[in-house]
Amino acid sequence: MAFLSNLINGLSLGSVFAIIALGYTMVYGIAKMLNFAHGDVIMIGAYVSFVTITSMDVPPLLALLIAMCVCTILGVVIERLAYRPLRSSPSLAVLITAIGVSYLLQNAALLIWSSNTKVYPSIVTFEPLHLFGGALTIRGETIVSICTCIVVMIGLTLFTGKTKTGKAMRAVSENRQAAELMGISVNRTIAVTFAIGSALAAVAGVLYCSMYPVLIPTTGSIPGIKAFTAAVLGGIGSIPGTLVGGLLLGIIEIFGRAYISQDLSDAIVFAVLIIILLVKPNGLLGKKVTEKV
Amino acid sequence: MRLWKSKTSRQNLITLAVLSIALAVFYGLDSGGVLKRSLSGQLVPICVYIVMALSLNLTVGIMGELSLGHAGFMSIGAFSGVVAVTMLGNSIDSPALLMTLGIIIGALLAGVAGFLIGIPVLRLRGDYLAIVTLAFGEIIKNILNCLYVTIDADGLHAAMFNGMELSGTFIINGPQGASITNRISTFGTGIVLVMVTLVIIMNFVHSKEGRAIKAIRDNRIAAESVGLNVTAYKMKAFVLSAALAGAAGVLFAMNYSAIEPKKFNFNTSISVLVMVVLGGMGNLRGSIIAAIVLTVLPELLRGFDDYRMLIYAVVLILFMVLGANTRFQQFKITMKEKLKKRFSRKEAAK
Repeated sequence: MAFLSNLINGLSLGSVFAIIALGYTMVYGIAKMLNFAHGDVIMIGAYVSFVTITSMDVPPLLALLIAMCVCTILGVVIERLAYRPLRSSPSLAVLITAIGVSYLLQNAALLIWSSNTKVYPSIVTFEPLHLFGGALTIRGETIVSICTCIVVMIGLTLFTGKTKTGKAMRAVSENRQAAELMGISVNRTIAVTFAIGSALAAVAGVLYCSMYPVLIPTTGSIPGIKAFTAAVLGGIGSIPGTLVGGLLLGIIEIFGRAYISQDLSDAIVFAVLIIILLVKPNGLLGKKVTEKV
Repeated sequence: MRLWKSKTSRQNLITLAVLSIALAVFYGLDSGGVLKRSLSGQLVPICVYIVMALSLNLTVGIMGELSLGHAGFMSIGAFSGVVAVTMLGNSIDSPALLMTLGIIIGALLAGVAGFLIGIPVLRLRGDYLAIVTLAFGEIIKNILNCLYVTIDADGLHAAMFNGMELSGTFIINGPQGASITNRISTFGTGIVLVMVTLVIIMNFVHSKEGRAIKAIRDNRIAAESVGLNVTAYKMKAFVLSAALAGAAGVLFAMNYSAIEPKKFNFNTSISVLVMVVLGGMGNLRGSIIAAIVLTVLPELLRGFDDYRMLIYAVVLILFMVLGANTRFQQFKITMKEKLKKRFSRKEAAK
């Protein structure tokens, strides 16, 4: 039964990873950059919802909506001020800027909300599910995060497949110049991508903190890097790949924690990243990209 | 003098001379007791960060790849150096010799780690390389966090996860880190290490390897097509950079009575990166100046401590955004020309 319980916990953590990883994978696929600050947008989302729930007494769902709005604006502003001026710069410059943004958000949060640990109130209010006569307990957060992940995945697949903006996004990721010649505004498409990714980051932040209720300014950075690992594992740029990668990574982390070592769980996840990049750099469901000279 | 005629060696000699004079002045002031205590306590860290910035500049500036795990190599050097010095401390009396041996052992082990990590890492490029170095930095920190080493009459004992059964006194005690019995880092050893590092890196950059690495940075495919072995050259630079970071780690650790693995976290890697970016990527003089300024400044501006990392972040972003802004670059060029004109007019008036 412990195995089943670990598996379910892994799936629930993995679905949060998958939601975060969507932000990475979309931005990487379309803007061809690693948005290092994505993890910190999660943290901002969590803080915003925390403040609205605890000090303004807003219902959780409304708090989630407010957090999503704030993160969406934040994502678009970051893209406009920090990343857009570097659109044609070498990737080293873009990466250093992204690290700068990540640090800026962390330290801004440190100044606004101090480094004191905040205990996050879970947004899920219904009772945990007891199965097999109480031998297996499934927390409400687990069910909510898995369901949210499924809804988000279906929604995003439909969005990129059916809508005009979604088609524009796919076109830009395929070939930026050609898309521009077809009358697609590349800047607007990238801004929309950042907006969607950041809104999802807020959702992920609320879910993550409901599961692990410790909120500090660096809360987002490690889940951020792990979610990037999930995106790479599934194949960057692919939405189903992100789901597979996220769930796998969540299971790996929980099993590593349960059966190998509590202290080394981060190291195990990072080792997975290294192995994937060496053995199958395109990920499980990614497309192979050949380099033209 | 032939050395003076070549422009690069002239520049190198000037850098060396200016730096040695500056450090000698500090040394004199320090032994004369003129310096404030808060500043004289910063002298060894200044040397540590100069070496760190120079070695990271080799990877980021000269090789053009972002390494985010530089503190990991520093910690390997620090911890192996502490173990080596504690072990050899009973048989060697001279602190200078002990320190030298410690630095050499720390640098060697960090270099070996750099080689092992370089094998997978250097097959990657760009964003992936950066994130993997970050991952390795975190893995090293995680492993050191559950490493236990003790010493007794039989020699060294080591264990992972649980150090309760080990006999003897602890040198490395898991998350509590290493305890240093004799703090033998001095500003003198720091100066020597900085000078040695500078000479090594200058020679490396102007050697065949250095030129090859710069060629690879500027155009990898072209460099590969003229027959340069990309991975081998990159590996040399990466191992050298790791070994020097290890040496800096030993100097750093020996300056304190205890040191924790979490001291070498991502923040440390980023602080060093800020020094490299602020000083100008690929510019050795810039790295030295930035390392000195960014180590001394926080001490002088104690009240701004909360804002320090915030300012670092803004500096990183501004440097990159302005560097890509054509109008700003144009402005810089015109300003330089104006200054030059004014300067030459004054000369002519004389």
